[in-house]
Amino acid sequence: MEGVTEFDLAGIRRDFPLLSEQLHGRRIVYLDSGASALPPHQVVTAMATYQETTHANVHRGVYGTAEEATRLYELARKDVGRFLGSRSGADEVVFTKNCTEAFNLIARSWGRANLRSGDAVVLSEMEHHANIVPWQQLQEMLGFEIRWIGITEERMLDLSNLDELLDGAKLLSITATSNVLGTINPIAHLAERAHAAGALIAVDAAQAVPHAPLDVRALDVDFLAFSPHKMYGPTGIGVLWARAELLRAMPPFLGGGGMIKDVRLDGFVPADGPQRFEAGTPPITEAVGLSAAVHYLEALGMEAVHEHERALTTYALDALESEFGTSVALQGPPDGPERAGVLSLTIDGIHAHDVAQILDTYGVCVRPGHHCAKPLMRRLGVNATARASFGIYNGTDDVDILIEALHATIKMFG
Amino acid sequence: MADLEELYREIILDHYRNPRNRGELEPPAVRAEGFNPLCGDEIVLSLLVENGTVADVKIAGSGCSISQSSGSLMSAAIKGKTVEQARGLIATFKQMLSLGDDDAIEEGAEPVPVNLRSLGELAALQGVVKFPVRIKCATLSWNTLAQGLDELAAS
Repeated sequence: MEGVTEFDLAGIRRDFPLLSEQLHGRRIVYLDSGASALPPHQVVTAMATYQETTHANVHRGVYGTAEEATRLYELARKDVGRFLGSRSGADEVVFTKNCTEAFNLIARSWGRANLRSGDAVVLSEMEHHANIVPWQQLQEMLGFEIRWIGITEERMLDLSNLDELLDGAKLLSITATSNVLGTINPIAHLAERAHAAGALIAVDAAQAVPHAPLDVRALDVDFLAFSPHKMYGPTGIGVLWARAELLRAMPPFLGGGGMIKDVRLDGFVPADGPQRFEAGTPPITEAVGLSAAVHYLEALGMEAVHEHERALTTYALDALESEFGTSVALQGPPDGPERAGVLSLTIDGIHAHDVAQILDTYGVCVRPGHHCAKPLMRRLGVNATARASFGIYNGTDDVDILIEALHATIKMFG
Repeated sequence: MADLEELYREIILDHYRNPRNRGELEPPAVRAEGFNPLCGDEIVLSLLVENGTVADVKIAGSGCSISQSSGSLMSAAIKGKTVEQARGLIATFKQMLSLGDDDAIEEGAEPVPVNLRSLGELAALQGVVKFPVRIKCATLSWNTLAQGLDELAAS
């Protein structure tokens, strides 16, 4: 476990106050970072300090603290842009309410302006509802076609008919990492194929950004969205990154204050840049927290984060197999570079909800259910899984307790 | 752990492992479906009412031990009962889980005394009260029954 020991796990854990809390009298084993990652005290403190010393609305006041609030908010945009390898963070990063809103923005703004009846949008069967429903809603309005990339028995994308699916398509909108299977998709390759077919590519990077280095230029994607609260930042803010020239041509999504250049009785002129898509008072405190989360991860180094979680995933997959054989099934690809730290477990004869309930008494936090991916669950033929997902603060000791708790679960229901 | 044992009583596990009245009925039986989007629990209820009495009932679907055992226990409890008595059981069962007619869980409300004896084996589900998220699992089949009875009354 070289990768794990080199990583200062004990030091990292000290940064997360919640990890020293107890759950049912036991050490909390937080294995639900795929749903929401815990915030380190650096993030909590940055937000509290901002609220205690600076709080003001942005882009309006001229007094000192209002200037400072605006500066911090715009700095967050630059921090996120840098973190994603954006050419120009200031022109390419839009703050939304969450990752789901980012997909709604792509659909209602770019989609509505560019899609017609007869066009096609390509999605995959492993998408989160956030990257399905906005397209279905738009489809009801515009009547274009939605095509689906299937998945193989190995739980990877079935790319055998990709050329056919992309033929005449305007957009490929796809997840970088499945939130159920842990499958890491070949985004750079998909971007190349989409562009060759004349389509744009939008990427759901909610499960990717917190776990490995990511560079939008290297991937050559057009849109990319993620959730700051899944990367140790706060809830209440989402990020849409888009190529500046695309954003410039896109009409506003939500209307109101902040997103305009001028308003008259007979109409309005929208603002330039990302602000055009940020109607109303934006999530300012949250943007400050997001900046702190970016700095925290940059200090750790995303390469180190990736190595740590990769080694932990290998340890967990091996341990689960040697302890339980086939009685605990893992919905996802075999171990390898295309396997993220998302472990969707199903146990014969025991429902995921019951598994999660018993795990809870061992202090183990996992998520039961369909994980907002019902088309995928239907394809897998299961109605729920118990999902354990890793973050930077997890170690092999967490996996060992998970296994102890799973043994207890099987004993109780056996 | 004591709470957990209250939740997963042996009788619940038994009804989960060996569900009673499993299956579906052909028309004229009424069919009602209940769904708990939270965890994907599904209950398909077939209800045959003759002369105001539940002549037969079958339960299909899939889900967690609480939703499925609750359906199984319910089917055993209402078979042979009048529609009136079945509606009464729905009310008493929900009352046991501290739920009013509108399903609202009142924060810190004093539990209403329930005649647990009148519930028989159903009282085994009382432990669910300490697990608020699971109350929806326990009530799923009962809400589905209410829906089925409403459909019958309307037809």
